[in-house]
Amino acid sequence: MYKIVKKRELNPTVTLMEVEAPAVAGKAQPGQFIILRVDAGGERIPLTIADFDRERGTVSIIFQIVGATTEKLNHRQEGDYIQDFVGPLGVPTHTEGLKKAAVVGGGVGCAIAYPVAKKLYEQGCEVHSIVGFRSRELVILEREFEAVSSRLCRMSDDGSFGEKGLVTDALRGLIESGEKYDRVIAIGPLVMMKFVCKLTKEFDIPTTVSMNPIMIDGTGMCGGCRLSLIRDGRRVTKFACVDGPDFDGFEVDFDEAMARGSMYRDFERHAHEETCNLFKGVENHA
Amino acid sequence: MPNMSLKKNEMPSQEPQVRSRNFEEVALGYTEEQAIDEARRCLNCKNKPCVGGCPVNIMIPEFIAKMAEGDFEGAYQVIAKSSALPAVCGRVCPQESQCEKYCVRGIKGEPVGIGRLERFAADWHNEHVSEAPIRPGSNGHKIAVIGSGPSGLTCAGDLARLGYEVTVFEALHTPGGVLVYGIPEFRLPKAIVQKEIEGLKAMGVRIETNMVIGRSLSIDELFGEGFEAVFIGSGAGLPRFMNIPGENLKGVYSANEFLTRVNLMKAYLPGSDTPIQRGKRVAVVGGGNVAMDAARCAKRLGAEEVYIVYRRSEAELPARAEEVEHAKEEGIVFRLLNNPKEILGDGTGSVRGMECLEMELGEPDASGRRRPVEKAGSEFVLDVDCVIMAIGTSPNPLIKSTTEGLETQSWGGIIVNEETGLTSRPGVYAGGDAVTGAATVILAMGAGKAAAKAIHRQLSGEEA
Ligand SMILES: Cc1cc2nc3c(=O)[nH]c(=O)nc-3n(C[C@H](O)[C@H](O)[C@H](O)COP(=O)(O)OP(=O)(O)OC[C@H]3O[C@@H](n4cnc5c(N)ncnc54)[C@H](O)[C@@H]3O)c2cc1C
Ligand SMILES: Cc1cc2nc3c(=O)[nH]c(=O)nc-3n(C[C@H](O)[C@H](O)[C@H](O)COP(=O)(O)OP(=O)(O)OC[C@H]3O[C@@H](n4cnc5c(N)ncnc54)[C@H](O)[C@@H]3O)c2cc1C
Ligand code: SF4
Ligand code: SF4
Ligand code: FES
Repeated sequence: MYKIVKKRELNPTVTLMEVEAPAVAGKAQPGQFIILRVDAGGERIPLTIADFDRERGTVSIIFQIVGATTEKLNHRQEGDYIQDFVGPLGVPTHTEGLKKAAVVGGGVGCAIAYPVAKKLYEQGCEVHSIVGFRSRELVILEREFEAVSSRLCRMSDDGSFGEKGLVTDALRGLIESGEKYDRVIAIGPLVMMKFVCKLTKEFDIPTTVSMNPIMIDGTGMCGGCRLSLIRDGRRVTKFACVDGPDFDGFEVDFDEAMARGSMYRDFERHAHEETCNLFKGVENHA
Repeated sequence: MPNMSLKKNEMPSQEPQVRSRNFEEVALGYTEEQAIDEARRCLNCKNKPCVGGCPVNIMIPEFIAKMAEGDFEGAYQVIAKSSALPAVCGRVCPQESQCEKYCVRGIKGEPVGIGRLERFAADWHNEHVSEAPIRPGSNGHKIAVIGSGPSGLTCAGDLARLGYEVTVFEALHTPGGVLVYGIPEFRLPKAIVQKEIEGLKAMGVRIETNMVIGRSLSIDELFGEGFEAVFIGSGAGLPRFMNIPGENLKGVYSANEFLTRVNLMKAYLPGSDTPIQRGKRVAVVGGGNVAMDAARCAKRLGAEEVYIVYRRSEAELPARAEEVEHAKEEGIVFRLLNNPKEILGDGTGSVRGMECLEMELGEPDASGRRRPVEKAGSEFVLDVDCVIMAIGTSPNPLIKSTTEGLETQSWGGIIVNEETGLTSRPGVYAGGDAVTGAATVILAMGAGKAAAKAIHRQLSGEEA
């Protein structure tokens, strides 16, 4: 059992929790994730390690309430326990050698992008962060991003936060104004990542995306998290939990990933009527 | 005078129409009378051919002789000298290609039901005898076991009995390996596995779930924490796919995913949070135990039609004979000498069918079995909405890729000394599917035993 030592609402549908998990905290690297089960009989769901404190043995997760399990998790309070919490899983994000990078986060994807931006910043890389939200009430981690970015572009669909427009508009602006990035790291809804890659391909800037397919075990045993890369014209199957979650954005078959992501949509509607507002916001506009 | 009946005592079972709608155990087990009657079929052969067919050489005639006298606990004690998991192996061993294959009674008629008798003895013991667990004093040595499948559990148990402080690290939230996430309840009730695990805990074995070795901790870090030897029993969990078009459509599962959702995550129980597609028409590709289990689970989840699509013929089906028979009784349709060519989508990313080819058997291949070859122009479409791939698994590369100096075969199997299980790294042993590739429970258990012996020899200089 893993104790929740802190809980904070970041916006009406996004919550941060700090969980006591010394084994995970001891090894965690940005880009990795955990899998948790709220209670016995619950579903296993993956969440990114948003932050960790090796001394205190704690790991922070930031989750959006989208369905039954995240809803159940959100009902737990400080001092309560989570049944299972396993990690760190996945391959850490490669940040070696990057001197200047653009980090693009969409919606709750910002929670996944933040630890990467932080690591880049701490290793002396110039970080330009672009964060996009549907509207001001849904903004998360603004101050955190500010602290680790040499430049921060705020975007929103309705203009209530930063500039009105999509993250891709901001990124295009920066590139066209002559900013030269060693790499673009894009994390958010699949549609957003797809369009970021379309843009960066135009300018031939290497781009990493973070894939979040449906997972169960997270150890490479079920293949449920598989996705296709198109490499030299050939289709290659990869397992996001062990080969990823980061992939070369120019290789990912986003359309297939989007289709697979909707596999249990009808089943989950039962559990939770609302679909994710943030993700929907970006999807509608991309 | 032995019982000269040519037939085994029939196994009482749930009726096919009833059991294909529930997840309760299919085979109900012999009664005491049936067990004694079956035991009396054994001729107590001097040269014991059956024993040579058992991978762990259970003293078969000796235990059966006790059963014939009605001394079921005595029979259990004989078995327990060689096997740590008789209640499991009695149920799932492919007896027809092991012990029973060599039984002289099988020359004319059916062999003695050795597996069924073994199961009876183990179940009888579990029901009637509650031993106070023996918890030996610690000898101060710490051993780490990776994985809680049959190989890991056996290795842990044998070492704990010798006084070692054993910690088992398991990646999933429930220990048991394939016995828990793969083999379904109706073939191996989870309570049996649970009992084995409780027994180990009572002996002082620590089981740490949610620990992925290679991620949460590396093997080098285990040594750093004071473990003096490590046993790798991480199985062969990495599912293979066919690499045919359409394999990533919605509704295509690996058998591991499908079975994990059903067994480990209990998707079959009402109220489970874990979703599963309840296909109406399901094709399972493959012919082994895994394929049979997936097909029978799909049927129990309510599928109208379930096909086994296998590219060779009936004689080559690698599954246990009993499972094939049970699957047929439950109405699973066998499409033998058929091979998938492409999985067809419905335009929205879901499965609408599977294009297959007919095959014929040609010359024998490397495995000695006749190689299936495609019949040109024999394409046809099987009308299905769900496809489950059960075409094999290989060892997961996670441990290899995070352990320097651990040598493996090109296909991922860890290279070991066959007798001791010692790997290319000092103090690191391995066994079970992680070494052999997907095999059997009994072989995994035997490998766990052998490694426990070798670890004891390494650390104490004594024979176990
Ligand atoms: C490696 C990885 C890291 C992730 N990190 C985070 C994170 O840091 N914060 C966060 O809020 N979410 C993250 N996710 C997504 C998170 O796992 C899902 O939101 C969660 O599983 C939903 O569970 P649920 O039971 O509440 O919703 P469900 O009832 O299962 O689903 C509700 C809706 O969410 C969709 N959905 C289900 N699973 C996923 C998924 N894995 N990814 C995207 N959509 C999904 C469903 O199609 C459905 O529309 C991550 C996913 C992966 C694979
Ligand atoms: C569906 C199915 C049906 C089968 N039916 C039969 C049958 O009827 N008869 C028969 O004899 N055999 C059968 N088998 C095969 C048999 O189950 C296996 O050969 C046997 O379980 C192998 O045991 P093992 O101990 O090597 O590994 P496993 O049982 O595979 O256990 C390995 C364990 O290690 C854990 N693990 C893996 N990696 C790590 C890591 N990095 N860190 C920590 N833990 C890790 C896994 O989660 C798992 O729990 C079947 C297999 C399947 C899948
Ligand atoms: S363990 Fe398996 S092979 Fe050995 S006697 Fe028992 S059923 Fe036969
Ligand atoms: S071969 Fe058959 S009859 Fe002979 S001892 Fe073994 S089980 Fe008994
Ligand atoms: S989640 Fe099962 S293989 Fe990746």
